[in-house]
Amino acid sequence: MTDTDDPTRTPELELRGIGKEFRSRSGSTHALSDIKLSIDRREFVSVIGRSGCGKTTLLRVIAGLTGPTSGEVVIGGRSLWRGKKVDSEVAGRFGVVFQDANLFPWYTVLDNIALPLTLRGTDRARRHARAAELAELVGLGGFERSYPRELSGGMRQRVAIARALSYQPKVLLMDEPFGALDAMTRERMNLELQRIAQTTEATVVFVTHDITEAVFLSDRVVHLSPRPGRIRQVRGVDIPRPRDRDAQSEPEFQRIVRELRHALDEEG
Amino acid sequence: MGQDRFVKLLPWFSTPVVIVLLVVAWELFIRAFGVSEFVLPSPGTVLVSLVALVQDPETWHHAAITATEAITGFLAAVVLGVATGVALGKSALLERALRPMIIAAQVVPKVALIPLFVIWFGFGLTSKIIMAAMLAFFPIMLNVLLGVRSVDPGQRDVMRSLTASRWNTFRHLEFKSTLPYVFTGMEVGIVFAIIGTIVGEYLGGSEGLGYLVVVSLNQLDGPQLFAVIVLLASLGLLLYFAINGLKRLVIPWHESVYSQNGVT
Ligand SMILES: Nc1ncnc2c1ncn2[C@@H]1O[C@H](COP(=O)(O)OP(=O)(O)OP(=O)(O)O)[C@@H](O)[C@H]1O
Ligand SMILES: [Mg+2]
Repeated sequence: MTDTDDPTRTPELELRGIGKEFRSRSGSTHALSDIKLSIDRREFVSVIGRSGCGKTTLLRVIAGLTGPTSGEVVIGGRSLWRGKKVDSEVAGRFGVVFQDANLFPWYTVLDNIALPLTLRGTDRARRHARAAELAELVGLGGFERSYPRELSGGMRQRVAIARALSYQPKVLLMDEPFGALDAMTRERMNLELQRIAQTTEATVVFVTHDITEAVFLSDRVVHLSPRPGRIRQVRGVDIPRPRDRDAQSEPEFQRIVRELRHALDEEG
Repeated sequence: MGQDRFVKLLPWFSTPVVIVLLVVAWELFIRAFGVSEFVLPSPGTVLVSLVALVQDPETWHHAAITATEAITGFLAAVVLGVATGVALGKSALLERALRPMIIAAQVVPKVALIPLFVIWFGFGLTSKIIMAAMLAFFPIMLNVLLGVRSVDPGQRDVMRSLTASRWNTFRHLEFKSTLPYVFTGMEVGIVFAIIGTIVGEYLGGSEGLGYLVVVSLNQLDGPQLFAVIVLLASLGLLLYFAINGLKRLVIPWHESVYSQNGVT
Protein backbone atom coordinates (compact mmCIF):
# COMPACT_ATOMS: atom_id res chain seq x y z
CA MET A 1 0.00 0.00 0.00
CA THR A 2 2.79 2.40 0.78
CA ASP A 3 5.89 3.13 -1.16
CA THR A 4 8.10 3.43 1.92
CA ASP A 5 10.52 0.75 3.04
CA ASP A 6 8.81 0.13 6.35
CA PRO A 7 5.51 -1.63 5.65
CA THR A 8 4.08 -0.86 9.11
CA ARG A 9 4.36 2.88 8.56
CA THR A 10 1.44 4.62 6.90
CA PRO A 11 2.39 8.13 5.87
CA GLU A 12 -0.15 10.83 6.67
CA LEU A 13 0.28 12.53 3.34
CA GLU A 14 1.53 11.12 0.09
CA LEU A 15 2.13 12.87 -3.19
CA ARG A 16 2.40 10.34 -5.97
CA GLY A 17 3.95 11.95 -9.00
CA ILE A 18 1.97 15.19 -8.93
CA GLY A 19 2.02 17.25 -12.11
CA LYS A 20 0.13 20.44 -12.75
CA GLU A 21 -0.27 22.39 -15.91
CA PHE A 22 -2.30 25.59 -16.23
CA ARG A 23 -3.79 26.06 -19.66
CA SER A 24 -5.07 29.40 -20.80
CA ARG A 25 -5.58 31.27 -24.04
CA SER A 26 -2.10 32.79 -23.81
CA GLY A 27 -0.47 29.36 -23.55
CA SER A 28 0.21 26.84 -20.84
CA THR A 29 2.29 27.02 -17.67
CA HIS A 30 3.91 23.89 -16.38
CA ALA A 31 3.71 24.68 -12.67
CA LEU A 32 4.53 21.31 -11.11
CA SER A 33 6.25 18.24 -12.47
CA ASP A 34 6.46 14.77 -10.98
CA ILE A 35 6.35 15.71 -7.30
CA LYS A 36 6.91 12.62 -5.16
CA LEU A 37 6.83 13.15 -1.43
CA SER A 38 5.73 11.17 1.55
CA ILE A 39 5.10 12.95 4.84
CA ASP A 40 4.72 11.13 8.14
CA ARG A 41 2.23 11.84 10.85
CA ARG A 42 3.33 14.72 13.09
CA GLU A 43 6.07 15.62 10.68
CA PHE A 44 6.81 19.29 9.96
CA VAL A 45 7.82 19.85 6.35
CA SER A 46 8.69 23.22 4.84
CA VAL A 47 8.67 24.06 1.18
CA ILE A 48 11.07 26.74 0.00
CA GLY A 49 11.84 28.08 -3.43
CA ARG A 50 11.90 31.24 -5.48
CA SER A 51 8.82 33.27 -6.19
CA GLY A 52 6.70 31.64 -8.85
CA CYS A 53 8.25 28.19 -8.48
CA GLY A 54 4.94 26.56 -7.63
CA LYS A 55 4.79 26.53 -3.83
CA THR A 56 1.26 27.87 -3.61
CA THR A 57 0.15 25.60 -6.42
CA LEU A 58 1.57 22.59 -4.58
CA LEU A 59 -0.25 23.56 -1.39
CA ARG A 60 -3.52 24.08 -3.26
CA VAL A 61 -3.19 20.68 -4.88
CA ILE A 62 -2.61 19.08 -1.47
CA ALA A 63 -5.61 20.96 -0.03
CA GLY A 64 -7.82 19.75 -2.86
CA LEU A 65 -8.53 23.29 -4.08
CA THR A 66 -6.92 22.57 -7.45
CA GLY A 67 -6.97 19.21 -9.15
CA PRO A 68 -3.57 17.88 -10.28
CA THR A 69 -3.11 17.28 -14.00
CA SER A 70 -1.42 14.00 -13.19
CA GLY A 71 -0.60 11.97 -10.12
CA GLU A 72 -2.47 11.35 -6.92
CA VAL A 73 -2.79 12.89 -3.47
CA VAL A 74 -3.29 10.34 -0.71
CA ILE A 75 -4.18 11.36 2.82
CA GLY A 76 -4.02 8.75 5.59
CA GLY A 77 -4.17 6.01 2.98
CA ARG A 78 -7.22 7.47 1.23
CA SER A 79 -7.24 9.18 -2.12
CA LEU A 80 -8.19 12.86 -1.88
CA TRP A 81 -10.10 12.90 -5.13
CA ARG A 82 -13.04 10.72 -5.95
CA GLY A 83 -13.46 11.24 -9.64
CA LYS A 84 -13.96 14.94 -10.19
CA LYS A 85 -14.90 15.67 -6.60
CA VAL A 86 -12.89 16.04 -3.44
CA ASP A 87 -13.63 13.48 -0.76
CA SER A 88 -14.88 15.91 1.87
CA GLU A 89 -14.11 13.53 4.72
CA VAL A 90 -10.47 13.48 3.65
CA ALA A 91 -10.29 17.22 2.94
CA GLY A 92 -11.99 17.88 6.28
CA ARG A 93 -8.74 17.06 8.04
CA PHE A 94 -7.02 20.13 6.66
CA GLY A 95 -6.60 23.50 8.22
CA VAL A 96 -5.44 25.94 5.56
CA VAL A 97 -3.77 29.31 6.06
CA PHE A 98 -3.61 31.14 2.76
CA GLN A 99 -1.04 33.63 1.50
CA ASP A 100 -3.76 36.30 1.88
CA ALA A 101 -5.73 36.39 5.12
CA ASN A 102 -9.09 36.03 3.31
CA LEU A 103 -11.10 37.10 6.33
CA PHE A 104 -14.83 37.78 6.14
CA PRO A 105 -15.31 41.53 6.62
CA TRP A 106 -18.85 41.04 7.95
CA TYR A 107 -17.68 39.03 10.94
CA THR A 108 -15.76 40.21 13.98
CA VAL A 109 -12.36 38.78 14.82
CA LEU A 110 -14.06 36.33 17.17
CA ASP A 111 -16.57 35.13 14.57
CA ASN A 112 -13.88 34.87 11.91
CA ILE A 113 -11.79 32.65 14.13
CA ALA A 114 -14.86 30.61 15.05
CA LEU A 115 -16.07 30.18 11.45
CA PRO A 116 -14.88 26.56 11.09
CA LEU A 117 -16.62 25.71 14.36
CA THR A 118 -19.79 27.49 13.24
CA LEU A 119 -19.79 25.35 10.10
CA ARG A 120 -19.41 22.25 12.24
CA GLY A 121 -22.40 23.23 14.34
CA THR A 122 -20.57 23.97 17.60
CA ASP A 123 -22.81 26.03 19.89
CA ARG A 124 -22.18 29.73 20.26
CA ALA A 125 -20.83 29.78 23.80
CA ARG A 126 -18.34 26.97 23.17
CA ARG A 127 -17.06 28.33 19.90
CA HIS A 128 -16.65 31.84 21.28
CA ALA A 129 -14.75 30.52 24.28
CA ARG A 130 -12.42 28.61 21.98
CA ALA A 131 -12.04 31.60 19.64
CA ALA A 132 -11.19 33.92 22.54
CA GLU A 133 -8.55 31.45 23.67
CA LEU A 134 -7.03 31.43 20.19
CA ALA A 135 -7.20 35.21 19.85
CA GLU A 136 -5.14 35.38 23.02
CA LEU A 137 -2.72 32.81 21.64
CA VAL A 138 -1.98 34.77 18.47
CA GLY A 139 -1.64 38.00 20.44
CA LEU A 140 -4.99 39.56 19.55
CA GLY A 141 -6.46 39.71 23.02
CA GLY A 142 -8.59 42.87 23.25
CA PHE A 143 -9.43 42.85 19.54
CA GLU A 144 -12.10 40.15 19.69
CA ARG A 145 -14.93 42.54 18.80
CA SER A 146 -13.03 44.40 16.06
CA TYR A 147 -13.82 44.01 12.40
CA PRO A 148 -11.06 42.94 9.98
CA ARG A 149 -10.89 46.37 8.39
CA GLU A 150 -9.76 47.79 11.71
CA LEU A 151 -6.72 45.50 11.80
CA SER A 152 -3.27 45.75 10.26
CA GLY A 153 -2.13 43.25 7.63
CA GLY A 154 -0.13 41.25 10.16
CA MET A 155 -3.02 41.15 12.61
CA ARG A 156 -5.36 39.89 9.89
CA GLN A 157 -2.92 37.15 9.06
CA ARG A 158 -2.86 36.12 12.71
CA VAL A 159 -6.66 35.92 12.71
CA ALA A 160 -6.40 33.61 9.70
CA ILE A 161 -3.93 31.41 11.58
CA ALA A 162 -6.22 31.26 14.61
CA ARG A 163 -9.12 30.36 12.32
CA ALA A 164 -7.20 27.45 10.82
CA LEU A 165 -6.30 26.19 14.30
CA SER A 166 -9.78 26.50 15.75
CA TYR A 167 -10.98 23.00 14.97
CA GLN A 168 -7.65 21.31 15.62
CA PRO A 169 -7.01 19.99 12.14
CA LYS A 170 -4.90 16.87 11.70
CA VAL A 171 -3.00 18.46 8.83
CA LEU A 172 -2.03 22.14 8.74
CA LEU A 173 -1.25 23.64 5.35
CA MET A 174 0.29 27.09 5.62
CA ASP A 175 1.24 29.39 2.75
CA GLU A 176 3.73 32.02 3.94
CA PRO A 177 1.59 32.71 6.99
CA PHE A 178 4.15 35.00 8.61
CA GLY A 179 5.09 36.95 5.47
CA ALA A 180 3.32 40.09 6.66
CA LEU A 181 4.75 40.07 10.18
CA ASP A 182 7.66 42.02 11.63
CA ALA A 183 10.78 40.09 12.67
CA MET A 184 9.93 40.12 16.38
CA THR A 185 6.35 38.92 16.03
CA ARG A 186 7.49 36.42 13.47
CA GLU A 187 9.99 34.89 15.86
CA ARG A 188 7.34 34.65 18.55
CA MET A 189 4.88 33.08 16.13
CA ASN A 190 7.54 30.57 15.05
CA LEU A 191 8.02 29.43 18.64
CA GLU A 192 4.27 29.35 19.12
CA LEU A 193 3.73 27.33 15.94
CA GLN A 194 6.35 24.81 17.01
CA ARG A 195 4.58 24.43 20.34
CA ILE A 196 1.14 24.13 18.70
CA ALA A 197 2.37 21.56 16.19
CA GLN A 198 3.81 19.47 19.01
CA THR A 199 0.86 19.69 21.38
CA THR A 200 -1.81 19.13 18.74
CA GLU A 201 0.28 16.44 17.04
CA ALA A 202 -0.53 17.99 13.69
CA THR A 203 1.25 17.26 10.47
CA VAL A 204 2.36 20.54 8.93
CA VAL A 205 3.25 21.58 5.41
CA PHE A 206 4.66 25.08 5.60
CA VAL A 207 5.54 27.30 2.63
CA THR A 208 8.02 30.10 3.18
CA HIS A 209 10.58 32.32 1.49
CA ASP A 210 12.67 32.44 4.63
CA ILE A 211 15.34 29.73 4.84
CA THR A 212 16.09 30.32 8.53
CA GLU A 213 12.41 30.03 9.38
CA ALA A 214 12.14 26.83 7.36
CA VAL A 215 15.11 25.22 9.08
CA PHE A 216 14.01 26.36 12.52
CA LEU A 217 10.53 24.86 12.20
CA SER A 218 11.06 21.77 10.09
CA ASP A 219 11.96 18.14 10.30
CA ARG A 220 12.57 18.30 6.57
CA VAL A 221 12.94 21.14 4.13
CA VAL A 222 11.82 20.63 0.53
CA HIS A 223 13.58 22.80 -2.01
CA LEU A 224 11.43 23.40 -5.08
CA SER A 225 13.12 24.61 -8.28
CA PRO A 226 11.14 26.60 -10.82
CA ARG A 227 9.74 26.06 -14.31
CA PRO A 228 8.46 23.49 -13.94
CA GLY A 229 8.30 23.12 -10.16
CA ARG A 230 10.31 20.05 -9.24
CA ILE A 231 11.75 18.81 -5.99
CA ARG A 232 15.39 19.82 -6.18
CA GLN A 233 16.35 18.33 -2.83
CA VAL A 234 14.87 17.30 0.49
CA ARG A 235 17.04 18.25 3.46
CA GLY A 236 16.50 16.65 6.86
CA VAL A 237 16.96 18.86 9.92
CA ASP A 238 18.21 16.75 12.79
CA ILE A 239 18.05 19.25 15.61
CA PRO A 240 16.27 18.14 18.79
CA ARG A 241 12.99 19.74 19.86
CA PRO A 242 11.79 21.86 21.40
CA ARG A 243 14.09 24.30 19.68
CA ASP A 244 14.55 27.71 21.22
CA ARG A 245 15.98 30.93 19.86
CA ASP A 246 19.50 29.77 20.64
CA ALA A 247 19.11 26.79 18.33
CA GLN A 248 19.71 29.19 15.46
CA SER A 249 23.29 29.86 16.55
CA GLU A 250 24.24 26.19 16.66
CA PRO A 251 26.77 25.13 13.99
CA GLU A 252 24.52 22.37 12.68
CA PHE A 253 21.67 24.83 12.18
CA GLN A 254 23.88 27.30 10.38
CA ARG A 255 25.40 24.62 8.20
CA ILE A 256 21.98 23.55 6.94
CA VAL A 257 20.92 27.15 6.30
CA ARG A 258 24.13 27.81 4.35
CA GLU A 259 23.73 24.65 2.33
CA LEU A 260 20.15 25.53 1.34
CA ARG A 261 21.09 29.10 0.56
CA HIS A 262 23.83 27.94 -1.80
CA ALA A 263 21.45 25.59 -3.54
CA LEU A 264 18.96 28.45 -4.01
CA ASP A 265 21.67 30.81 -5.25
CA GLU A 266 22.81 28.29 -7.83
CA GLU A 267 19.44 28.66 -9.55
CA GLY A 268 20.60 32.19 -10.39
CA MET B 1 -11.17 61.64 18.69
CA GLY B 2 -12.36 65.28 18.83
CA GLN B 3 -11.54 65.58 15.15
CA ASP B 4 -13.61 62.45 14.36
CA ARG B 5 -16.58 63.82 16.25
CA PHE B 6 -16.35 67.11 14.44
CA VAL B 7 -16.28 65.42 11.03
CA LYS B 8 -19.18 63.18 12.03
CA LEU B 9 -21.40 66.06 13.14
CA LEU B 10 -20.34 68.50 10.43
CA PRO B 11 -23.25 67.83 8.00
CA TRP B 12 -25.76 68.65 10.76
CA PHE B 13 -24.36 72.17 10.95
CA SER B 14 -23.32 72.73 7.35
CA THR B 15 -26.63 71.64 5.77
CA PRO B 16 -28.86 74.28 7.46
CA VAL B 17 -26.24 76.94 6.72
CA VAL B 18 -26.15 76.03 3.03
CA ILE B 19 -29.97 76.00 2.86
CA VAL B 20 -30.22 79.42 4.51
CA LEU B 21 -27.59 80.81 2.13
CA LEU B 22 -29.49 79.45 -0.87
CA VAL B 23 -32.78 80.94 0.32
CA VAL B 24 -31.12 84.30 0.94
CA ALA B 25 -29.55 84.24 -2.54
CA TRP B 26 -32.95 83.33 -3.97
CA GLU B 27 -34.63 86.29 -2.20
CA LEU B 28 -31.86 88.71 -3.23
CA PHE B 29 -32.05 87.51 -6.83
CA ILE B 30 -35.80 88.23 -6.97
CA ARG B 31 -35.40 91.68 -5.41
CA ALA B 32 -32.50 92.62 -7.68
CA PHE B 33 -34.10 91.56 -10.95
CA GLY B 34 -37.80 91.93 -10.19
CA VAL B 35 -38.69 88.43 -11.39
CA SER B 36 -42.42 87.79 -11.77
CA GLU B 37 -44.18 85.82 -9.02
CA PHE B 38 -45.13 83.03 -11.41
CA VAL B 39 -41.68 82.43 -12.90
CA LEU B 40 -39.93 82.45 -9.54
CA PRO B 41 -41.99 83.16 -6.41
CA SER B 42 -40.20 84.53 -3.37
CA PRO B 43 -39.25 82.17 -0.52
CA GLY B 44 -41.82 83.89 1.70
CA THR B 45 -44.81 83.22 -0.55
CA VAL B 46 -43.67 79.64 -1.11
CA LEU B 47 -43.53 79.18 2.64
CA VAL B 48 -47.07 80.55 3.00
CA SER B 49 -48.28 78.16 0.30
CA LEU B 50 -46.42 75.30 1.92
CA VAL B 51 -48.02 75.95 5.31
CA ALA B 52 -51.43 76.09 3.67
CA LEU B 53 -50.79 72.82 1.85
CA VAL B 54 -49.53 71.04 4.95
CA GLN B 55 -52.65 72.05 6.86
CA ASP B 56 -54.92 70.69 4.15
CA PRO B 57 -55.81 67.01 4.69
CA GLU B 58 -56.30 66.72 0.94
CA THR B 59 -52.52 67.22 0.49
CA TRP B 60 -51.78 64.34 2.83
CA HIS B 61 -54.11 62.14 0.84
CA HIS B 62 -52.14 62.97 -2.32
CA ALA B 63 -48.83 62.41 -0.55
CA ALA B 64 -50.04 59.05 0.75
CA ILE B 65 -51.04 58.01 -2.77
CA THR B 66 -47.65 58.94 -4.19
CA ALA B 67 -45.81 57.19 -1.36
CA THR B 68 -47.94 54.05 -1.78
CA GLU B 69 -47.26 53.91 -5.51
CA ALA B 70 -43.53 54.50 -5.15
CA ILE B 71 -43.06 52.06 -2.27
CA THR B 72 -45.18 49.30 -3.81
CA GLY B 73 -43.39 49.65 -7.13
CA PHE B 74 -40.05 49.72 -5.36
CA LEU B 75 -40.78 46.58 -3.32
CA ALA B 76 -41.87 44.74 -6.44
CA ALA B 77 -38.63 45.85 -8.10
CA VAL B 78 -36.59 44.61 -5.14
CA VAL B 79 -38.18 41.16 -5.24
CA LEU B 80 -37.95 40.81 -9.01
CA GLY B 81 -34.57 42.54 -9.26
CA VAL B 82 -32.91 40.38 -6.62
CA ALA B 83 -34.42 37.17 -8.05
CA THR B 84 -33.41 38.02 -11.62
CA GLY B 85 -30.00 39.32 -10.56
CA VAL B 86 -29.21 36.14 -8.63
CA ALA B 87 -30.44 33.91 -11.48
CA LEU B 88 -28.40 35.78 -14.09
CA GLY B 89 -25.39 36.03 -11.79
CA LYS B 90 -25.43 32.31 -11.08
CA SER B 91 -25.99 31.21 -14.66
CA ALA B 92 -23.48 32.61 -17.12
CA LEU B 93 -25.38 30.85 -19.89
CA LEU B 94 -28.68 32.51 -19.06
CA GLU B 95 -26.99 35.88 -18.75
CA ARG B 96 -25.35 35.46 -22.12
CA ALA B 97 -28.58 34.41 -23.77
CA LEU B 98 -30.52 37.36 -22.38
CA ARG B 99 -27.81 40.04 -22.50
CA PRO B 100 -28.94 41.70 -25.76
CA MET B 101 -32.50 41.90 -24.45
CA ILE B 102 -31.35 43.34 -21.14
CA ILE B 103 -29.24 46.00 -22.79
CA ALA B 104 -32.08 46.87 -25.14
CA ALA B 105 -34.54 47.11 -22.27
CA GLN B 106 -32.15 49.37 -20.41
CA VAL B 107 -31.60 51.72 -23.30
CA VAL B 108 -35.31 52.15 -24.09
CA PRO B 109 -36.55 55.37 -22.43
CA LYS B 110 -39.08 53.70 -20.22
CA VAL B 111 -41.09 56.82 -19.42
CA ALA B 112 -42.17 56.69 -23.06
CA LEU B 113 -44.16 53.60 -22.14
CA ILE B 114 -46.41 55.34 -19.63
CA PRO B 115 -49.19 56.11 -22.16
CA LEU B 116 -49.25 52.38 -22.95
CA PHE B 117 -49.62 51.48 -19.30
CA VAL B 118 -52.41 54.01 -18.99
CA ILE B 119 -54.20 52.34 -21.89
CA TRP B 120 -53.68 48.88 -20.38
CA PHE B 121 -54.16 49.58 -16.69
CA GLY B 122 -56.15 52.80 -16.59
CA PHE B 123 -55.53 56.06 -14.74
CA GLY B 124 -55.40 54.47 -11.28
CA LEU B 125 -52.54 53.41 -9.08
CA THR B 126 -51.56 50.33 -11.09
CA SER B 127 -50.01 52.11 -14.05
CA LYS B 128 -47.83 54.24 -11.74
CA ILE B 129 -46.76 51.27 -9.64
CA ILE B 130 -45.69 49.45 -12.77
CA MET B 131 -43.78 52.50 -13.95
CA ALA B 132 -42.01 52.83 -10.58
CA ALA B 133 -41.18 49.12 -10.52
CA MET B 134 -39.87 49.19 -14.05
CA LEU B 135 -37.51 52.09 -13.43
CA ALA B 136 -36.28 50.72 -10.10
CA PHE B 137 -35.84 47.18 -11.41
CA PHE B 138 -32.75 47.71 -13.57
CA PRO B 139 -30.37 49.34 -11.09
CA ILE B 140 -31.31 46.72 -8.49
CA MET B 141 -31.01 43.77 -10.85
CA LEU B 142 -27.70 44.94 -12.32
CA ASN B 143 -26.15 45.59 -8.92
CA VAL B 144 -27.23 42.19 -7.60
CA LEU B 145 -25.86 40.56 -10.75
CA LEU B 146 -22.55 42.32 -10.17
CA GLY B 147 -22.62 41.37 -6.48
CA VAL B 148 -23.18 37.68 -7.15
CA ARG B 149 -20.29 37.74 -9.61
CA SER B 150 -18.02 39.61 -7.24
CA VAL B 151 -17.73 37.05 -4.46
CA ASP B 152 -14.03 36.97 -3.60
CA PRO B 153 -12.27 33.81 -4.89
CA GLY B 154 -9.98 33.79 -1.86
CA GLN B 155 -12.98 33.73 0.47
CA ARG B 156 -14.50 30.98 -1.63
CA ASP B 157 -11.30 28.99 -1.16
CA VAL B 158 -11.68 29.37 2.60
CA MET B 159 -15.17 27.88 2.45
CA ARG B 160 -14.00 25.10 0.16
CA SER B 161 -11.03 24.28 2.39
CA LEU B 162 -13.50 23.95 5.24
CA THR B 163 -15.64 21.64 3.10
CA ALA B 164 -18.61 23.92 3.70
CA SER B 165 -21.98 22.82 2.36
CA ARG B 166 -23.73 24.82 -0.35
CA TRP B 167 -26.16 26.22 2.17
CA ASN B 168 -23.40 27.31 4.53
CA THR B 169 -21.44 28.85 1.67
CA PHE B 170 -24.54 30.81 0.72
CA ARG B 171 -25.35 31.84 4.29
CA HIS B 172 -21.89 32.85 5.47
CA LEU B 173 -20.34 34.05 2.24
CA GLU B 174 -22.45 34.65 -0.87
CA PHE B 175 -25.40 36.26 0.88
CA LYS B 176 -23.32 38.58 3.08
CA SER B 177 -20.99 39.47 0.28
CA THR B 178 -23.87 40.41 -2.06
CA LEU B 179 -25.83 42.47 0.50
CA PRO B 180 -23.87 45.72 -0.02
CA TYR B 181 -24.63 45.49 -3.74
CA VAL B 182 -28.32 44.96 -2.99
CA PHE B 183 -28.31 48.12 -0.90
CA THR B 184 -26.49 50.14 -3.54
CA GLY B 185 -29.13 48.96 -6.02
CA MET B 186 -31.91 49.87 -3.60
CA GLU B 187 -30.54 53.34 -2.92
CA VAL B 188 -30.58 54.08 -6.64
CA GLY B 189 -33.80 52.12 -7.11
CA ILE B 190 -35.88 54.09 -4.60
CA VAL B 191 -34.96 57.35 -6.34
CA PHE B 192 -35.92 55.86 -9.70
CA ALA B 193 -39.19 54.55 -8.27
CA ILE B 194 -40.13 58.04 -7.16
CA ILE B 195 -39.26 59.46 -10.55
CA GLY B 196 -41.40 56.80 -12.24
CA THR B 197 -44.32 57.52 -9.95
CA ILE B 198 -44.25 61.28 -10.45
CA VAL B 199 -43.87 61.11 -14.20
CA GLY B 200 -46.77 58.65 -14.20
CA GLU B 201 -48.88 61.08 -12.21
CA TYR B 202 -47.97 63.95 -14.53
CA LEU B 203 -49.31 62.07 -17.50
CA GLY B 204 -52.50 60.60 -16.20
CA GLY B 205 -54.76 60.34 -13.19
CA SER B 206 -56.39 62.52 -10.58
CA GLU B 207 -54.41 61.74 -7.45
CA GLY B 208 -50.93 62.12 -6.03
CA LEU B 209 -48.41 64.91 -5.60
CA GLY B 210 -47.49 64.72 -9.29
CA TYR B 211 -51.11 65.44 -10.12
CA LEU B 212 -51.02 68.35 -7.67
CA VAL B 213 -48.04 69.76 -9.60
CA VAL B 214 -50.05 69.64 -12.81
CA VAL B 215 -53.05 71.26 -11.10
CA SER B 216 -50.89 74.08 -9.74
CA LEU B 217 -49.43 74.61 -13.18
CA ASN B 218 -52.85 74.79 -14.78
CA GLN B 219 -53.98 77.31 -12.16
CA LEU B 220 -50.80 79.31 -12.85
CA ASP B 221 -50.16 79.14 -9.08
CA GLY B 222 -46.37 79.53 -8.91
CA PRO B 223 -45.96 79.50 -5.12
CA GLN B 224 -48.07 76.34 -4.77
CA LEU B 225 -46.14 74.65 -7.58
CA PHE B 226 -42.94 75.31 -5.68
CA ALA B 227 -44.47 74.16 -2.42
CA VAL B 228 -45.54 70.84 -3.97
CA ILE B 229 -42.04 70.39 -5.36
CA VAL B 230 -40.69 70.92 -1.84
CA LEU B 231 -43.07 68.22 -0.60
CA LEU B 232 -41.94 65.84 -3.35
CA ALA B 233 -38.31 66.48 -2.49
CA SER B 234 -39.08 65.79 1.17
CA LEU B 235 -40.79 62.52 0.29
CA GLY B 236 -37.79 61.50 -1.81
CA LEU B 237 -35.38 62.32 0.98
CA LEU B 238 -37.49 60.48 3.53
CA LEU B 239 -37.57 57.28 1.45
CA TYR B 240 -33.91 57.50 0.56
CA PHE B 241 -32.88 57.87 4.18
CA ALA B 242 -35.15 55.02 5.18
CA ILE B 243 -33.17 52.74 2.84
CA ASN B 244 -29.91 54.28 3.98
CA GLY B 245 -30.82 53.73 7.63
CA LEU B 246 -31.75 50.13 6.91
CA LYS B 247 -28.37 49.69 5.28
CA ARG B 248 -26.53 50.99 8.32
CA LEU B 249 -28.51 48.60 10.45
CA VAL B 250 -27.99 45.53 8.28
CA ILE B 251 -24.41 45.96 7.09
CA PRO B 252 -22.65 48.07 9.72
CA TRP B 253 -19.37 46.38 8.80
CA HIS B 254 -19.37 47.68 5.24
CA GLU B 255 -16.94 50.26 3.90
CA SER B 256 -19.68 52.65 2.76
CA VAL B 257 -21.36 52.68 6.18
CA TYR B 258 -18.05 52.99 7.92
CA SER B 259 -16.91 56.02 5.98
CA GLN B 260 -20.38 57.58 6.20
CA ASN B 261 -19.97 57.59 9.95
CA GLY B 262 -16.89 59.71 9.48
CA VAL B 263 -14.51 57.16 10.98
CA THR B 264 -12.16 57.11 8.05
N1 LIG C 1 -4.61 29.93 -11.69
C1 LIG C 1 -3.47 29.99 -12.44
N2 LIG C 1 -3.57 30.06 -13.79
C2 LIG C 1 -2.45 30.10 -14.56
N3 LIG C 1 -1.20 30.04 -14.08
C3 LIG C 1 -1.05 29.96 -12.74
C4 LIG C 1 -2.17 29.92 -11.85
N4 LIG C 1 -1.72 29.84 -10.59
C5 LIG C 1 -0.37 29.83 -10.68
N5 LIG C 1 0.04 29.89 -11.97
C6 LIG C 1 1.43 29.86 -12.43
O1 LIG C 1 2.08 28.79 -11.81
C7 LIG C 1 3.39 29.16 -11.40
C8 LIG C 1 3.54 28.91 -9.91
O2 LIG C 1 2.73 29.82 -9.18
P1 LIG C 1 2.63 29.76 -7.60
O3 LIG C 1 1.60 30.72 -7.19
O4 LIG C 1 2.44 28.35 -7.18
O5 LIG C 1 4.07 30.28 -7.16
P2 LIG C 1 4.67 30.49 -5.69
O6 LIG C 1 5.86 29.62 -5.59
O7 LIG C 1 3.62 30.32 -4.67
O8 LIG C 1 5.15 32.00 -5.76
P3 LIG C 1 5.21 33.08 -4.57
O9 LIG C 1 6.37 32.70 -3.73
O10 LIG C 1 5.44 34.37 -5.29
O11 LIG C 1 3.93 33.05 -3.84
C9 LIG C 1 3.57 30.62 -11.79
O12 LIG C 1 4.35 30.66 -12.97
C10 LIG C 1 2.18 31.12 -12.04
O13 LIG C 1 2.19 32.04 -13.09
MG1 LIG D 1 2.69 31.63 -3.32
